[in-house]
Amino acid sequence: MNTATQSFSASSDRLSPSQREERAMAAFAQEFGALAALNLESCIHCGICAEACHFYIATEDAKYTPILKAEPFKQAYRREASAFAPFFKLFGLKKKVTADQLEQWQELLYDSCNLCGRCSLICPMGIEVADLIESGRRSMAEAGLAPKELLDRARKQAESGAPEQPDKPYPELLNEIGQANGLEIPLDRAKAEILVLAPRNDLEGNPAAVAAMVKVLQAIGADFTFSSDALVAENYGYYAGSRGLQKKITQRVVDAARKVNAKLLLVPECGHSYTALRWQAANIIGEPLPFRVRHVTEYLAEQLKEGKLRLKQVSGDSFAFHDPCQLVRKGGVTEAPRALMNALGLELKEMENKKGFSFCCGGGGGVNDLERAKPLRYRAQELKLREIDDTGANRFVTSCSDCRVAFADAAEHFNWDKQPESLVELVAANIKE
Amino acid sequence: MTLLEFSRGPMLHAALVIFVLGVLWRLTSTVLAARRKNNAEPRVVGGPALSGGLIAVGSRSWPHPEFIPRTGFGEAVGYGYHLGLFAIVLLGAPHVVFWKNLFGINAPFWPTLPTGIISVLSVVTVFLMLIATLRRAAHPVLRRISNFDDWFTLAILYALMLTGIMAVFGIGGRYETILALHIISFNALLIWFPFGKLMHAFYIFPSRFVNGYMHTKKGAAS
Repeated sequence: MNTATQSFSASSDRLSPSQREERAMAAFAQEFGALAALNLESCIHCGICAEACHFYIATEDAKYTPILKAEPFKQAYRREASAFAPFFKLFGLKKKVTADQLEQWQELLYDSCNLCGRCSLICPMGIEVADLIESGRRSMAEAGLAPKELLDRARKQAESGAPEQPDKPYPELLNEIGQANGLEIPLDRAKAEILVLAPRNDLEGNPAAVAAMVKVLQAIGADFTFSSDALVAENYGYYAGSRGLQKKITQRVVDAARKVNAKLLLVPECGHSYTALRWQAANIIGEPLPFRVRHVTEYLAEQLKEGKLRLKQVSGDSFAFHDPCQLVRKGGVTEAPRALMNALGLELKEMENKKGFSFCCGGGGGVNDLERAKPLRYRAQELKLREIDDTGANRFVTSCSDCRVAFADAAEHFNWDKQPESLVELVAANIKE
Repeated sequence: MTLLEFSRGPMLHAALVIFVLGVLWRLTSTVLAARRKNNAEPRVVGGPALSGGLIAVGSRSWPHPEFIPRTGFGEAVGYGYHLGLFAIVLLGAPHVVFWKNLFGINAPFWPTLPTGIISVLSVVTVFLMLIATLRRAAHPVLRRISNFDDWFTLAILYALMLTGIMAVFGIGGRYETILALHIISFNALLIWFPFGKLMHAFYIFPSRFVNGYMHTKKGAAS
């Protein structure tokens, strides 16, 4: 299968090469903090990070080595901000990052990285390689070199709250989902304890998952609402690497939660929105959030513990569970889904690489949205499908809609005999009245 | 002034000055880089988060079981020659004398290994370094990410090890000349140290600690 470097897609064709270089350098400069410096200074070029990356393992192509993906950032740091930057610059020991180089790196930073962070776990020096790649994406976005698919959606989401012009406005879709499932879905209530978001993937492609979340929240008597100002969980600004757009999209959600006086922002089954809201939102808007942020499985596990949620046992099937990277490896939501599965009495068959060490679904970090990345994604996904099959489980469940989309697409591509199921749907279908 | 006198006199002193000032400057520039306040609500705070950092300092020395099948060989070779170097530098009798003289310390408790063991260790260490070098040259990933720093650092280490072995086994010429070349190699290592990857000796523990601390604060894998 061809994994040759893809031709780049510029999100802005109006910039000249020198403008791209200047903007990239300005973005890099914003990222040069103590943490980045420590990460950049520590690399010993051991190459071990490649052995954690599903894109490298699947292709054995050295260009997919995670730390190589961060090379423009490293190069810029050495030349502009490191201890001996004047020395490197004076003697031309570190070349300037060029627009050509950035164009070549687009595939490495976007198509072949899910920001899954497995590389950060293997590094013997403890380098946060995934963070460096995120910094690389930020410079690409500023240089007008984020993939058009991602940046266009980020711009639309920042302006209107919806990453794409849907056939029907999302509030209308939500209303239809309620009607189809016999639910009254609260939208735009003036006050509520909980502001709930919905994955765009589910609103458009798997409305049953949205209905399931509502059903469970109503069953436990939660005081919640959706907001038409901020309905979508995903943050395309984060995917694209645009700090400005990520901030606008985040601010929209934070403002909506403030407006209803929410004590809790409930992140649905969406891994990257968890990272964007749970760990990055307070930093990107520059102040602590006046509410808690929890993933729906964390919240339901809390309700389970308090006895507010009781579940029926599911028998007759065995299940494999995929740990979404942003929730588990990078987010620490490891035990909550297992507490729910345990309460459901699932016969759980764990994969060889599980919990924090799980392989990525291949679709995260915006890769699902890149049509041209599909051939490479499928190769990486083969690893994962094999691991799932090796468990011997006959059903497969996860807690991230982006992962479900990636697996559903792979299932179709490979004629795989399983379909990814939503854990929250499984919970909703087995509530003990 | 003979070559030997020069190598362990003015050249060594200059190399030490460059080493100390360079290392301090590089570390200071890292520490002084802008720090951003983390406003996110942590999952774990205080002592347990700090413990997570400290645990990572040790645990990252040993690969997670999930990774061993793919990384075990490379890591064994890497750690192997590092351990060999440490043993030779810190426990070889001539080196112990050198350190004592250099720092003007009298440490009767400083143990040494017999010359025979140090000789065997030296040969084994060079052998492991050769494997590491061949891997760097042949492995597609290592070849792709290697730069001048990697090759120059290895060249200095080879010069240091080979002149040391030649001095111990009395081969390659007059002992004084070989010893002078050995000390010159050491001086070169000191001079290059702050500018290249050798600095990982200072960065390794803070880097691991910060990674472990940050991950533990989030309750994430580390």
